[in-house]
Amino acid sequence: MHARADASSEQGANWPEDIFAILQRYDVRQVPYVPDAGHSQLINRVLASSTMRGIPLTTEEEGVALLAGAWAGGQRGVLLMQSSGVGNCINMLSLTQIFRFPFLTLVTMRGEWGEFNPWQVPMGASTQGVFELSGVRVLRATHPGEVKDVMEAAASQAYNACTATAVLLSQRLIGTKVFVK
Amino acid sequence: MSKANLLDRRKVVKTLLADRKDALVVGGLGATTYDLAAAGDHARNFALWGAMGGAVMIGLGLALAQPKLPVVVITGDGEMLMGMGSLATVGLQKPSNLTIIVLDNECYGETGGQVSHTSGAADLVGVAKACGIRDARTLETMSEIEERPEMSECASCVPRQASNDLCLYLTDLKRQGLAMEDFDPKSAAAMLMGAIFADAMGRDMMPDVYPQPAGSAAHMYSRLLLRAIGVEIGPAKATNKQNKRPKQLSA
Repeated sequence: MHARADASSEQGANWPEDIFAILQRYDVRQVPYVPDAGHSQLINRVLASSTMRGIPLTTEEEGVALLAGAWAGGQRGVLLMQSSGVGNCINMLSLTQIFRFPFLTLVTMRGEWGEFNPWQVPMGASTQGVFELSGVRVLRATHPGEVKDVMEAAASQAYNACTATAVLLSQRLIGTKVFVK
Repeated sequence: MSKANLLDRRKVVKTLLADRKDALVVGGLGATTYDLAAAGDHARNFALWGAMGGAVMIGLGLALAQPKLPVVVITGDGEMLMGMGSLATVGLQKPSNLTIIVLDNECYGETGGQVSHTSGAADLVGVAKACGIRDARTLETMSEIEERPEMSECASCVPRQASNDLCLYLTDLKRQGLAMEDFDPKSAAAMLMGAIFADAMGRDMMPDVYPQPAGSAAHMYSRLLLRAIGVEIGPAKATNKQNKRPKQLSA
């Protein structure tokens, strides 16, 4: 029923690879996720990796708690989710302020650029505000060519400065989802 | 997973952690964190007083990061119910070093004792099993809690020490030329310990099989064993008057 429109720029086909390479370089080991089409290529790379462990979750807040435990055990992680899952994390995000562990999440956006599904709009519109109110710094990538730099900045800020960070991967970047028969 | 009126939660947690060794322990919101503190402060405790529903996932992250260390999550039924999906996530990852303990008092003790779902419907052991956590069970008495795997080590350490001491003694006899050359000290030790153990266990039930008085039976078995391995021994009440040979033992 659902198909994905191509990303607006052809040179952007490799941005998930850019993200994967940076996560590898930062020795990220645990990658909890709630599946999203926008993350599918990255999830496949993680699941095929010998150093990273992809961990499917039943709800996004599990990933916040998992990363707190992973860091207490000496491993870095990153949480992959879509914008509708951010609201599920709110209370659990208090862990990032109490323990100041290096929290990084990559969020694929829905409910913004050309969204067809009205149900995605409320949470998509409040995603950035929810993060900021919860003490998480937000960076955004809108064009394929900037993903690498944004990701590099986010990883450094999260893992070196122990500052909770979210990267919003805009709907324009991942391609608008379309509804077809 | 216990009724509050059958178990003392402080005692339960203290007993479970008595021999924790290197274990990493996560305490959930909220009373289980008090239980953890009451059992004694420890650098390997990770206590929560918030982030409700997250205890099991913190334990999973730790367990995956430190696969050689045992990780124990101790939480309550209310906290577990809020993070019930995490049992499915654990069931999929199947970490062999993660133990989840739920103190199920069927109520929210921190907020005034309102009943929880386990009081009337939810079965957390059933949920855990259905999520692929095969070894899930309810413990209702202290003896079950005390009956831990490491107890087999405790139970066997005394007989093992006795057997080792006996072997050393028998080997020494052989070395000094007091016993025959070709006997196996382990087998001899097993025979003697077997006889004494069987006597101790069976004499009340079968006095006809074990007719010797309890005070002298072990002495008799020992003499028989020494004779079997070729040790020359004097009479039971050894005075050694009739036997002048130097290489003699009185059992």
